[in-house]
Amino acid sequence: MISGRTLAQGANCESKMSEDFFRAASSCYLSKEDYDCLGLSDGKNILLKNEFGKTVLSPRVDDGLHRGIVFVPMGPWANILIGPDTGGCGTPQFKGVEIDIEATNSPILDIRELFGSIQRAEA
Amino acid sequence: MIIRGGIVYDPANGIFGEEMDLCIDGGRIVEDAKGEVIDARGLLVMPGGVDAHSHIAGKKMNTGRIMRPDDSRLGTEPRSGVCRPSTGYTVPNCYAMGYRYARMGYTTAFEAATPIIEARHTHEELEEIPILDKGALTLFGNNWEVMECVHDKDIAKLAAYVAWGLRAARGYGIKIVNPGGGEAWGFGSNVKGLYDPVPNFDVTPAEIIHALAEANEMLRLPHSIHLHFNNLGKPGNYTTALETLEALKDIKPSRMRQAVHVTHMQFSAYGGTSWRDFESKAPVIADYINRHNHATMDMGQLLFGAATTMTADAPLEYGNARLTHNKWSNHDIELEESSGVVPMVYSRKMLVNAVQWAIGLELALLTEDPWKVLMTTDSPNGSPFVNYPEVIALLMSKPKRDSEMATLHAELSKRTSLGGIERELDWSEIAIMTRAAPARILGLEDKGHLGFGADGDVSIYNLLPEEVDASKEHATVKKALATAKYTIKSGIVVCKDGKIIATPRGKTYWVDAAAAQADMDRLMVDLQEKFERYYSVQMSNYAVQDVYVTNPKVIKAGIGAEPLKEVA
Amino acid sequence: MRVEDAICSFCGCLCDDINVEVEENKVKRVRHACRLGSSKIMGHERIRSPMVRKDGELKEVSYQEAYERAAEILLAASKPLLYGWASTVCEAQKKGILLAEEVGGVLDSTATVCHGPSVIGIEEKGLPGATLGQVKNRADTIVFWGCNPAEAHPRHSLRYSSNACGRFTSEGRSAKKIIVVDVRETRTSKNADMQVIIQPGTDYEVISALRMLVAGKGDVVPEEVGGVAKKELASLAEMLLAAKFGAVFFGLGITHSRGRYKNIDNALSLVADLNSHTKFVIMPMRGHYNVGGIGQVLAWSSGYPMSVDFTRQAPYFNPGETAACDLLAKADTDAALIIAADPASNFPRKIVEELAKMPIIQIDPYENPTTLLADVVIPSAIAGVEAEGTAYRMDGLALRMRKLVNSSYPSDEQILDGILESVRSLRSSMSLRGGLKDDN
Repeated sequence: MISGRTLAQGANCESKMSEDFFRAASSCYLSKEDYDCLGLSDGKNILLKNEFGKTVLSPRVDDGLHRGIVFVPMGPWANILIGPDTGGCGTPQFKGVEIDIEATNSPILDIRELFGSIQRAEA
Repeated sequence: MIIRGGIVYDPANGIFGEEMDLCIDGGRIVEDAKGEVIDARGLLVMPGGVDAHSHIAGKKMNTGRIMRPDDSRLGTEPRSGVCRPSTGYTVPNCYAMGYRYARMGYTTAFEAATPIIEARHTHEELEEIPILDKGALTLFGNNWEVMECVHDKDIAKLAAYVAWGLRAARGYGIKIVNPGGGEAWGFGSNVKGLYDPVPNFDVTPAEIIHALAEANEMLRLPHSIHLHFNNLGKPGNYTTALETLEALKDIKPSRMRQAVHVTHMQFSAYGGTSWRDFESKAPVIADYINRHNHATMDMGQLLFGAATTMTADAPLEYGNARLTHNKWSNHDIELEESSGVVPMVYSRKMLVNAVQWAIGLELALLTEDPWKVLMTTDSPNGSPFVNYPEVIALLMSKPKRDSEMATLHAELSKRTSLGGIERELDWSEIAIMTRAAPARILGLEDKGHLGFGADGDVSIYNLLPEEVDASKEHATVKKALATAKYTIKSGIVVCKDGKIIATPRGKTYWVDAAAAQADMDRLMVDLQEKFERYYSVQMSNYAVQDVYVTNPKVIKAGIGAEPLKEVA
Repeated sequence: MRVEDAICSFCGCLCDDINVEVEENKVKRVRHACRLGSSKIMGHERIRSPMVRKDGELKEVSYQEAYERAAEILLAASKPLLYGWASTVCEAQKKGILLAEEVGGVLDSTATVCHGPSVIGIEEKGLPGATLGQVKNRADTIVFWGCNPAEAHPRHSLRYSSNACGRFTSEGRSAKKIIVVDVRETRTSKNADMQVIIQPGTDYEVISALRMLVAGKGDVVPEEVGGVAKKELASLAEMLLAAKFGAVFFGLGITHSRGRYKNIDNALSLVADLNSHTKFVIMPMRGHYNVGGIGQVLAWSSGYPMSVDFTRQAPYFNPGETAACDLLAKADTDAALIIAADPASNFPRKIVEELAKMPIIQIDPYENPTTLLADVVIPSAIAGVEAEGTAYRMDGLALRMRKLVNSSYPSDEQILDGILESVRSLRSSMSLRGGLKDDN
């Protein structure tokens, strides 16, 4: 998996609580071959998971991607799969992350649901 | 404030070590004053130090800091009292810049090179430097508009552009660095000499320098052109130096000052055909300066140890990086300049570095008139400015020079005349080279002297000039100069026994020169085209806004301006 | 009213030719800006009032109350993190550094999750760069490596790079060679003469192979590197060597991938090598409009461009230890002031979970996931739209952002001033009561 900027994500990155940002950042782009292979064509969602967590996204075909690579717009959905280690340089590895993918009927969490589960310590 | 009983060196006013009281009121030297009394009995008292050429602010300084965390770590001093934290040795942070100059008794420093388009950044840093009065020289030597005016032999339009550029940059004077070479570097080449045409512009470095000198005098600017020669840093380049000086002999200064100031002459006084037979040609250069009166220079002394080289001479920096296999930053600036930064260590064990060390000293000692040669290290190119006391101690002590030379390469004495020079500078000469002359050369009438009306900038050192033999007691001299007993800036004690106790905001000098309206109108046609077609910014976003110079000292010059008052 | 030559405050391009029509103090129309820029300038739903969390809920309070609560949090912490700074102006950044000094905190910018590795690469090798106008006027060969300006810096190609026309590039796009190196096809690569698709995480190897080819040592290069045939790399190397003026722009595709700062180190070395043959420059594609500025302001104030720890009164810098993600991952910080950034969205989830455990002060014009975690929320004027100030373009050029409309919100600088004042008065009252040792 690689994560990064898209036009739609960027245009909405200052309205993150909006429906537009949700649509822009909760997608997963993949090649036509992978899309077909996972049987995603019948309106299913896609589940991405690795040792750090799992996230459900809306799958979209991108002809620019080769098999075996998926692209997720930068943001809280993608970052569930990013490890905390910085390799001593301060920066986590946001790209080239190994993940497993499969089709799923689970719903995509919206932004409040995504953060609702985070444990806050009261000040 | 009254400073009592000091031994005062104020060469601009003909005072060479006289016991006298000084009075400061309203930030200026006055005849009589009340208030705080400072006991300076028997101590060395001079005007606040003035550095006419130092890299203290702007993009290349920050480039040095960012690429050299190793250096930033060297000079760490915690935040305390009135001081923000200090970092860095060759590339100190802005706060350290102000504190360290003030600790040495310096109160004024001029940034040596700023492209117009990047002047906003320079002023952001100058504003952050505490205590010092400052200004920034503006780069013109590789500028497209300049070269086109030169090509058209249109000195009036060139003068209009210089006036416009100084205003846009809030700059102080014309700096020229490796003229034409910076443009050639835009496609990776350089100019090889004074008469080597600049690619695509059909002008020579000689023409650029001469035309800018003419424009400088047409505008009656307080400072002359400030020149970094072509071929700088190359063996055999002394011929380029002499050739360039000869080419400027006919320039008639519009004020009582030099027609050209040559900066860091050490880097341009090289003989030999390669680093192998590299030798000093300082005696030839000094002889020329002694026989002519149109040029002044600063030493650009090199000291052993760490330095960071930074200059608008980008091809030179590329050469430095290839030579030393060190890290290399380069920065080309659209339509105006190029530049580079490379860390450096000058080694005692390297014959070439030893010869360079000797050349700076030879230049200062062989030039008879101290008004013609300023003490600088081209900080941080030859060494950071904190090492000025070492340079002064070397100039004042033959035994110190001898003991240094004894530790250097055996071959050194064949490559330099330094060993045979007996001259030891005295306090009057040092006061000239570090105070009076830089102020006169820059055209700062209120600086570098202690006459009535001058800025109340005074340094008092813990040294008894009538008792200390600087030749023998050079260690005492160095120590005293490194830590002023008092540094007084505009009548405020900013430093006492090496401790910073006040951090007032200094002034920023810039020159507002008037040009003929008709020439300005013709210029605007050119500039509009340049901004529409070539610049990556709009003309309306280009010039430095007033908000970036919060405490300006504007010097009026130019055509039709009041004649400037001559410096003492 | 019409504002001409406004400067866009979205990305590091700082396009300065934006025309904005303002009616009744509202932006009505934005001309010349890209979709990202006009979206930013047109604005979004704002946070209405300062808020402080009480009994788990954010409650509206006065600015003064919010400043005082923020000051309490900062002074109670032993190592507060002051993070963000990329989407505000230098004037606010300067105040932030002073605040970090006074409260003894760590100041870090969003650079550490973007071009932080580039900074470390530059510490290793230096940066052979140029202003964007130099590229516009001279570059005949342009490489986009691991970046996609068509989506992240939409006007870059027209104003500065592939499609720009300048003095020695008057024919524009048609006389230039554009090369895109990426792990996928992108909107940028559609405009390229040559597209090189590499396997993810092989940037270092591919750059090394190119360095060998450029140095004439192609015989040591294997038949395939990073999924790219040697023949293709050889023709790429030839294109680079044939340039009269080449420019490499690189993005997070290379800083975020395996190798991180070593990739940058190698890319900088490639460009230095190329300069023995022809003219080449290289530049990071900075994302937030003033992420360059915080690097500059920090460097001249503290000597270091990011991740600066002021807890010991003297600046200390060691990314991997003092960067925001490392501090949080190791629970080595105990409060956070977040300004002009949204780490809850942009940090790895595990790190966000650590962040959520401590008191958070947020300064931002907009609600975002960080707001959901914050204890004090202070809404600010939008720098570059509602407040003027200085910003540094991706090439290091400083420009002055214009104010386009008036705002009833205080600027970031004013807010930080308010917090700083509260810190000072709280500290002096605490030291009067003997509750806190004054460390000055």
